[in-house]
Amino acid sequence: MKTTDTVFMSLKALLRNPTRTLLTMLGIIIGIAAVITMMEIGQGSSRSIREAMEKMGAGSGLILPGWRRAAGVNTRSGSMTWLLPSDAEAILRECPTVSMVSPQVQASNMQVVYGSANWVPAQMYGVAPEFFTIRDWQLEEGRFFSQREVDINARVCLVGQTIVNEVFYGASPLDCEIRIRDVTFRVIGVLKSKGANMMGSDEDDVIIMPWTTTRMRITGRRTGSITGTTSTLAQKPGEVYPVKGVAFYPEQDSNLVADTLVQPRFTYIDWIVFSATDPNKIDVARKEVTDLLRERHGLSATQEDDFRIRSASDFLRMMNTTSSLMSNLLLGVAIISLIVGGIGIMNIMLVSVTERTREIGLRMAVGARSRDILQQFLIEAIVLCLVGGILGILLGHGAALLIESQLNWPIGSSPGAVIAAFVVSVSIGIVFGFYPAWKASKLDPIEALRYE
Amino acid sequence: MALIELENIVKTYFLGEMDVPVLKGINLSIERGEYVALMGASGSGKSTLMNILGCLDRPTGGKYFFDGEEIGQASGDRRAMVRNQKIGFVFQSFNLLPRTSALENVIMPLSYTAGNLSMAERRKRGLAALAEVGISDRAGHQPSQLSGGQQQRVAIARALINRPPVIFADEPTGNLDTHTSLEVMDMFSKLNSEGITVILVTHSADIARYAKRTICMSDGQIVSGIFGEEASK
Repeated sequence: MKTTDTVFMSLKALLRNPTRTLLTMLGIIIGIAAVITMMEIGQGSSRSIREAMEKMGAGSGLILPGWRRAAGVNTRSGSMTWLLPSDAEAILRECPTVSMVSPQVQASNMQVVYGSANWVPAQMYGVAPEFFTIRDWQLEEGRFFSQREVDINARVCLVGQTIVNEVFYGASPLDCEIRIRDVTFRVIGVLKSKGANMMGSDEDDVIIMPWTTTRMRITGRRTGSITGTTSTLAQKPGEVYPVKGVAFYPEQDSNLVADTLVQPRFTYIDWIVFSATDPNKIDVARKEVTDLLRERHGLSATQEDDFRIRSASDFLRMMNTTSSLMSNLLLGVAIISLIVGGIGIMNIMLVSVTERTREIGLRMAVGARSRDILQQFLIEAIVLCLVGGILGILLGHGAALLIESQLNWPIGSSPGAVIAAFVVSVSIGIVFGFYPAWKASKLDPIEALRYE
Repeated sequence: MALIELENIVKTYFLGEMDVPVLKGINLSIERGEYVALMGASGSGKSTLMNILGCLDRPTGGKYFFDGEEIGQASGDRRAMVRNQKIGFVFQSFNLLPRTSALENVIMPLSYTAGNLSMAERRKRGLAALAEVGISDRAGHQPSQLSGGQQQRVAIARALINRPPVIFADEPTGNLDTHTSLEVMDMFSKLNSEGITVILVTHSADIARYAKRTICMSDGQIVSGIFGEEASK
């Protein structure tokens, strides 16, 4: 007997008693609907958590220079400054999972003066234009600075909301000139508020400028600070990394040298910020950056890294653990409800077999084999579960949409859960439909025909 | 060789400790194209014999040749196929599927036929069978919308769908009034005249009179094989 025939026949048999069919499917419908709703809500919340993490830079990493270790004494990170702008360029060029790179030069404890107001921002640093994308800074008004402004050490800056409030008393600071260490800067943009970060410090108490400006015009004048990384002792890579025979830079011809702006004090950067092409690939990016920097810094296999990389991948890992725990719990609940639904299916299928004993006898008399009868009732159970599963998926999705519109919870579609729901429905049909079908197939046709 | 050959068929039911012999050595031969009535009182074993003849039941002992094939001990699947291809059943209580149209009832056995036919072909054959029993205008009606006589005609059409060489009818008029009984019996006579072997099970002598040969059973044995001819003499 053809399977399509059987499916057709089962549908007809089920439609003969629509109320009972619907009530039978209810267990499956509710079970599947609950799973789908929960999964969609789960997807939505994990997506919103992920988005929040991305705002904090989940897909980005920070490369810090290493620390000095002398006679067993470790100084803090940043005490050694041997990250070069060319390191940043090389990372972008040679690490395929790194999508954006920006150098970062710190300028701490600098007083900002505007009119009669003065303020020492918690954060002041110089970066490249990519930084704003990497760290997900948005503009309140004005504009970001361009690569061109980085190239010419332009005296422009962007300020955070706290600066607007404290220095400009809430007025728009656009095109105002502020002074930082006797250098005047034009405010070209105001950053959107980010609020406090996870550690509680104010993220908006910030001034950001081109990193060349910070290095050339501000910190370059200072000496002796921990992050004031002006070094006059060793500026050439060959001096910092005395490895024989390694040329860090290709030989430049005389024309090129003549055309290149010589910036003798401007060699090192404090940090490098980078972002991975995908937040989940941050660990891959870390590995690539580590390998590249070790190679560039000429470290042998036994030497420790002379830099450190920090990223939010630990947060991501934690988040994934939490969400998988949640999914497993939900799965447990769903399995229980589906087993209950399956028992309902078995119950009704047994009733149906008893009720249709004469039909079974007749079918056997006109030539149905045991396995035809088995197939018929098994497929009927599977169709019942599958239809229930489809209704459950629709109902679950509808419930999720309702929750989204009424409670404003974020939801996300979950194709995996839909596929799983299909598979589970069919499995329930097979598992719980088998016994009634087997019972039907073992009926004696004579007895069955005589059954009243 | 005859269509049906029974050699010393024995059927015993084992009910716990007690053995109940129902058929005690039946020898019978039925040729193609015969019209046979199987008669006997209740408990005489005629239904059991009918079940064995119809390949629904297995004999405890003896040999049953159907169409030249030893079918008494054949596998369940083989017997199902024989029932499907070579045997048509007509029951006392019609046994139509409820809430299913007459046409679909008629073509139901075709879904168990090997070498599947297309749906259109099945419907064509079903309509032809319904036309043969004279109710093609009722093809779309459900059993509950048909009279008893019409229902039995649908059942006959179902039995005919695979053009079997033999039709078994178990009290086919038991649930019908006299007038429709006559119509149904005329139908069997017509089929017999077309060459189909008809085997009737009945306890009514009036019905048995339609048959050309009557086999009387009593207490698990055939007591008279040529009752029909004797009666007509």
